[in-house]
Formats: sequence, structure tokens, C-alpha cells
Amino acid sequence: MLGENLMINYEEAVGMILFSIGFCMLLFHRNLIKKIMGLNIMDTGVFLFLTSMGYIEDRVAPIVTDPSVAATTEQYINPIPSGLVLTGIVVSVSFTGLMLGLTIRLYQRYRTLNLDEIYYKAREEHK
Amino acid sequence: MNLVFNFPAFTVLISLLCSGIGFAINDKRKARVLSTCLFCACFVMNLCTLIYCVKNGPFTYMMGHYPAPWGNEIRAGVGEALIACFFNVIIALCVNGGYSELLNDVDERKIKLYFVMVNLINASLMALVYTNDIFTGYVFIEICTIASAGILMIHEIGRTMLAATRYMIFSLLGSGLFLIGVILLYDITGHLLMPNILEAVGTLWASGEYHLPLLVVICLISMGIAIKSGMFPFHFWMPDTYGVATPSSSGILSGIISKGYIFLLIKIIFRCFGTDVFYASGINDVLFVCGVCGMIFGSIDAIKENNINRMTAFSSAAQIGYIYMGIGLSPTLGVTAAVFHILTHAVTKPLLFLANGKLALASGREKKFLGLRGAGLRNRVAGVAFTFGALSMVGIPGFMGFISKLLFAQAAVGGSLHMAVTIIALAVSTILNTMYFLRTVITLFTAEGWDNPGNVRVFIRQQPGFAVAAICFMAINVVIGMHSQPIITLIERGLAAL
Repeated sequence: MLGENLMINYEEAVGMILFSIGFCMLLFHRNLIKKIMGLNIMDTGVFLFLTSMGYIEDRVAPIVTDPSVAATTEQYINPIPSGLVLTGIVVSVSFTGLMLGLTIRLYQRYRTLNLDEIYYKAREEHK
Repeated sequence: MNLVFNFPAFTVLISLLCSGIGFAINDKRKARVLSTCLFCACFVMNLCTLIYCVKNGPFTYMMGHYPAPWGNEIRAGVGEALIACFFNVIIALCVNGGYSELLNDVDERKIKLYFVMVNLINASLMALVYTNDIFTGYVFIEICTIASAGILMIHEIGRTMLAATRYMIFSLLGSGLFLIGVILLYDITGHLLMPNILEAVGTLWASGEYHLPLLVVICLISMGIAIKSGMFPFHFWMPDTYGVATPSSSGILSGIISKGYIFLLIKIIFRCFGTDVFYASGINDVLFVCGVCGMIFGSIDAIKENNINRMTAFSSAAQIGYIYMGIGLSPTLGVTAAVFHILTHAVTKPLLFLANGKLALASGREKKFLGLRGAGLRNRVAGVAFTFGALSMVGIPGFMGFISKLLFAQAAVGGSLHMAVTIIALAVSTILNTMYFLRTVITLFTAEGWDNPGNVRVFIRQQPGFAVAAICFMAINVVIGMHSQPIITLIERGLAAL
């Protein structure tokens, strides 16, 4: 039963696996660049989950290409998850930019990307 | 259509507009005036909304008059407007009260950017309080996080940048959990608008369908917000963050940003899950236990600290514990006590952080207790302000803190196990609070160490901004502490209508 559900919803399952990998990278990795990579993997998992949720097989994006043909909702996929993904991408890019900026500043000051070493050096600096 | 209906949306929009204008202003004084005027305008609009809601009840407002899902919806009631009014007052007092430290800590060319960030924080807090759409809540949580990291790292020393990085990492973990929770909720219910979600969740819960996914959703959203607001055991980023930031930033971060997230959680509990579903899920018990542990362990950590700012930050972890304990207790009296404590903490903690900044300045920028001896005598306004804040946090009658603790105790009566745990936790936490706050007050007013190098005497005329902010904070604290019933009635009405 569980296996069947996983096979039917394999995009969602992959999305959740990606989310978990990204979450663990963001939480446990000591390297700041790898943390940022984890953040992006986590967000990608969420976006895959959302996009696959809105997709309906044999349907197209809700864009009217031929105005002479009357459009019906049965032709199109659900556009709301796609809109949410766009918003999510904007948020994710902003965070990535900010985190990269912070990482550069920390690297320039402490010459390392390891968060533990940075923490140790910062403590030494203010003793 | 009544003009008041537009006010909640206006508070968000003009705050965003002022953030944009702030970039174009080159003069730091003008940026400060713009922000102060913005907070005053928002306060007036929120007050009008509050008066309207008291007379006529809550209302919803469709942005651009498009119904969901094309448009976005705002919902204003007594609870939302009351919280929004408090947030405006506190952010204005924090920014102006800590302005002189801001000039010392921040590069002059970047001060205008500080006000841009503060305006953005105001916009996101207003949106978090008023939103009726859960995904809009997520977007503004993220905007608030970015702006919060901005006001933290603008004080460009190594430790603030490190603190900002840690703050960002934990915020991102919290946001990730919140986002996946929101998306699963959308997957199950097919809605993003709070009333529609409430209806769908009620139907699903009654039918027993999607029981496990609903539990996972409630858990993910609660844990996401808990991490972001610093609930035990996710509180260890707080001392680094609040301890090294400029006093205004510490006040804003600890006083209102974490409270904005918690208020959104309360709104989600009442307007998305429904109190019946949430309190039957058992997640409230998890919040209750974490809250009680936070009250005790936060205070123990505060006792172990020898740095006044870090001690106050650990005290924040304990106070956040009180709020989560109230949320976990019961949907009526417990949440009323939690919301009142949100106001208590929002009024008291910025006062303590602003006073800490001034006390450290009078002691040659020393924040350790050894160097702070006699600081309350060198800067009497700051000393009195700290003592006021400490008395309120301890729960002395006549202050808001006492009313909070009384409400928590009242909320606990009735539930047998909850009552015993709450009363014992309140008693132990009060004793621990007294230990570290009393020790600090005694240190501040000890005449020993008066002649240390770097010590300076600071008079009231040298710090008018701080003096006005401190007097306002103390007055709000005492007035509400003495006459708490109108505020409690407003909170009860707000929660009943949520």
C-alpha cells in the first residue's frame, strides 16, 4: 500500500527526500557554502513538491494561445502552485544572496568557511 | 465603503513605500523623522481600526476588490488592531531611544539603511498581524527575517556578522518547516485563505480522513514558528544575537519580531486549524512542556551569565517559555494570558536592552557585571529604567508582569496535571527571575568600583531620546499594570472573534 502510494506520488516523494537532505545540510554542515547549498536543495525540494501538486496530466499551462477557441478550465493545470513557486524562488534567491554576502564578509575577516572555527576566532577576538 | 477598512492595508503599503523612499534620503536625521512619522501614522490608523472593531466587530478587506485566490485578503479585529498599535509604539520608542548608540555603532553612511530595514520590519509585522492568507504570512515572515538580519549585521563587527549568520540559519530552518507545512496544508485542503482552510480542516478531522497528514502539518507549522521565535530547546541562538546587536536592534528583535511570529501562530491555531482540532492533536502539550522547560532552563542559563546583555537575552528565552506555556494550556484563558504576556514582554524587554546599552556606556562599554558596579548611580535614568523592567519581569504587583503571572495561574486552575505543573513552574521561575534580576540591580547600585577607568557620569540632559523612551515604557508598564482589565477585555474579545 505504502509502496504503491510512493510510486503514484513519486515526484512528491522525491521532493520530500530533497527537502530532508537540504534541511540536514543546513543544520549539520559546518561549512557555510555547503549550508547555502543545503538551503537551495531544501527549497528546490519544496518547489518540486508544489509544482507536481499543481500539475494535471495531459493539460497545459493556463495561457490562451488561440482566442477563437473558447477556453475551459478542463484544458489547464492548476496555476496557483506555479505562482507560489515563483514567489518562493524570489524569497530563496534573496536569502541565498544575503547568506553569500555574509559568508564573503566572514571569510574576509576570519579566512575560513568553517562555522566552528569562525566562532572560536570571534570569541578569541573579543576576549 | 468605510475609510477605516483601508487602514490595515495602508499600514503595510505606506511602510513599504517609506522603505523605498528611505533609500533616496541621504540625511540620517530625515530618515529618522520619516520612520518616526511612519510609525505615528500607522499607530493612528491602527487605533482607528481598533475603535471601529470595538464598536462594529471584525471585518475582512479584499485587496483590489478581487476575491481569493486572485486577490489577497486582510482581516482586522480587536486582537489584531491592539497588537498592531503596541508594535508601532514599541518600534518607535526603540528606534528613538537607542539612536545615540546607533550613531556610535553604525557607519554614518549606513544609518539611513537602518531606517529602511526598520520600515520593512514594520511593514512585515503589520502584514503578519493582519493577513488572512497563510502564504502571505510566509512571505512576510521571510521579509521580516531578512530585515532583522539587516538590523543585526549593520553593526559591522565580527561577532554581529557571526550572530547574523546563525540567526539566518535558524530562521531558515524554521521558515523551511513552516513552508512545507503550509504547502502540505494546501495539498490536503486546497485553500490558502484562513476561513476556507478552517472549514476544510474541520470537515477532514470530523471524517477522520488525512488524520496523520493533518497532525504532521500542525507539528511542522508549530515547530517552524517555535524555532523562529526561540522556544526552548531552540533558544541557543538568542544570546549571541541579542547580546551583540546595537540596543535598538536587540529591543526590536526580542521585543516585537519574535512576538509577531507567535501572534501569527495564534492566528493560525484559531483561524486555520480551529481550537478543537489543535487542542485534540496533542501538539499543545508539546508546546506546554517546551514552554515550562524554557521558563526554568532559560532562567538557569541567565543566572550563569556574567554579561548583562546575554543575561537579558536568556531571560527572553524564559519569557518566550511563558508564552508557549499559555498557548499549550487552553484556548481561552491560556491564550489570553499568552497574548497579555506578549504585550508585557514587548514593553519590558526593549526597556531593559536600551537601559543595558546606556549602563554599559557609563562603564566604558563594559557589559560584564564586574565592570558595571555602580553603573546605576552613574546613569540614574538607565539604572531606574533597568530596575523598573526587572521588577516587571519578576512579577511585582503594580507592573504588567504581575498581571501576566496572575493570568497564567488563573488559566491553569481546572486542569489537574496542568495546574500543578504550571503553578510549580511559575513559582520556581519567579524565584530564579528574582535571583538574577536582584543580583543585577544590587550590582548596578553598588558604589564599589566607582573609580574604574572608563567610567563616566551620564546626566538626563545628555540622553533626551533614551529618557523619553524609558519614561514612556515605564508609564505604559505601570498604567497597564494598575488598570489591566480594559486590555484583558480587549484581548478576550479579540480572541473570541478570531
